[in-house]
Formats: sequence, C-alpha cells, structure tokens
Amino acid sequence: MSLSAGDEVLVKNDWPETRGPAHIRTPHYVRGRRGRVVRPLGVFPNPEDLAFARAAAPRALYHVSFAMHELWPEGGGDEVVVELYEHWLERP
Amino acid sequence: MSVLEADSEALLTAIRRLLAAKGVMTEGEIAQQRQSTDRAEPGQGARMVARAWTDPEYRALLLSDGAKAAEAMNIPMRGMPPLGVLANTDKAHHLIVCTLCSCYPKAVLGYPPYWYKSSAYRARAVRDPRGLLVDFGTVLPEELKIRVVDSSADFRWMVLPRRPDGTEGWSAERLAAIVRPGDMLGVTVPSA
Repeated sequence: MSLSAGDEVLVKNDWPETRGPAHIRTPHYVRGRRGRVVRPLGVFPNPEDLAFARAAAPRALYHVSFAMHELWPEGGGDEVVVELYEHWLERP
Repeated sequence: MSVLEADSEALLTAIRRLLAAKGVMTEGEIAQQRQSTDRAEPGQGARMVARAWTDPEYRALLLSDGAKAAEAMNIPMRGMPPLGVLANTDKAHHLIVCTLCSCYPKAVLGYPPYWYKSSAYRARAVRDPRGLLVDFGTVLPEELKIRVVDSSADFRWMVLPRRPDGTEGWSAERLAAIVRPGDMLGVTVPSA
C-alpha cells in the first residue's frame, strides 16, 4: 500500500506486546485512531525485526498527523504528527 | 557472572574488539564517531538557523534535507539518522518530543537538555502542549496552531524558528547568538 500526502489512514488497534517480546515504534496513544498522511519519509528496515537481529524487510515510513480531539477526551485545536510504518496503517 | 555484574570498561572493550573483528567498524571509525559526538553542541544548529534566515537557497536546502544542510556547514552526519527540519510560520508552531524514548537531533544540537527525557515533558507535550509551553514562558496566540512532532521512529527533527522582529540587517553570526536549544525544539521562541 503506497500512501500520499492527504490520504486518510486508520492506525491498527494492535498490541503485539501483549503476545510476547516486541519492539514497537507505534505509540500507544495513536493505535486505533484516524489520522492523515502529511508526507512520506522514505523506506527503512523494519525496526520491529532489527531490534531482535532478525532479517528486517524494508518498510515505508510516513508522517501522519492526528487532531488532538481524535486522541484525547479534552480535545483542542492542535495536532500531533507521528512517524508510522506502512504495516500499521489501513485505509479507513 | 552476568552481563549486569561485569565491569563496564571491560564490557566496552570486548564489544569494540568484536565490532572490529566482525568488520562492523574499525577502532578508527569509533574514535572518529566519538569525536564528532563530543563536539556536537547547540551552536551548530544555531548557525544553521541563522544561515537559513539570511540565505534563501540554504533555507530551501535545510527544509528539504536537513542532513545535507548540516554537512554543508561541516557538521559530520555519517552514520546519523536522517534529519528533518520543520519551519515555524505565522500559521503553525512546531514542538519536538520523543514519547517512546529520547530521540533527539544530537548530531546538530549535542546532548539534550535534562528535561527532554523526563516522563513529564514527554507525556505533556502530546496532550497539553499549550500548557507545557506556558511553563516555558511561551504564550502563543490561540490562532497559531501547535503541531507536536513525536520522533517515534527513524527521523530526528529540528525546528526552524521564525526570525524575530528587530533583527533586520543583522549578520548571520549575530543572529546565531540569539538562537537557543529550546528555540530549535519549539519550547521557546527567539527574540532580538
């Protein structure tokens, strides 16, 4: 799945750390939340494998922005931009 | 004896020998990397900001490829993660944080301020950035949107602050002297 600036995405509501040892660069507070791609950031070896010295497949990394009201009950008009790998993103 | 009980100097020596033996990096490369890490300090980032304020071509390079822009100022970026630079405007103000650990644009700013790694800063930056900024003495107008940048993966991020009023005609050197580390993280804004 190749994404472009402006695309709406949904972060997977997945918790691999509950199933065993894991190294995850997707913060808890964005899982299951909707955001928008700001810019593609290039391709990097998957850190989830790299951390365990496993063969790490290349993964596209994206800057994804989230409105405060999508993340927190008190909301607000500001936004948070997070670096997320393609395998954590779905089209809503 | 477990790794946790081992003498740290002996451990470090063993790891360095292994890195050399396996061809990952030579002793010389390690020494070079240590030298550039020790030399990195916020003045480097400040010089990049000042040049961007005075040289439109450099500004364009800085915003498109921070690492290349750092190298253009003789800052060694070899082996460093990519550097992204985000410009503050009259519409958006950027604030840098790493909620998962302590990712920091060390190559250009040196070691982070002590509070950067604190749980309080990391938690509050993504939830109550306006309140956090007030504690740093930075009050932003309501209409100025805050864009919090969580350095969650492979990039490191730095802010290009807005050039303050009252600095017209200043040299890049004089401008660099007013740019503080917090200005390049977005917790403060520079003033003349």
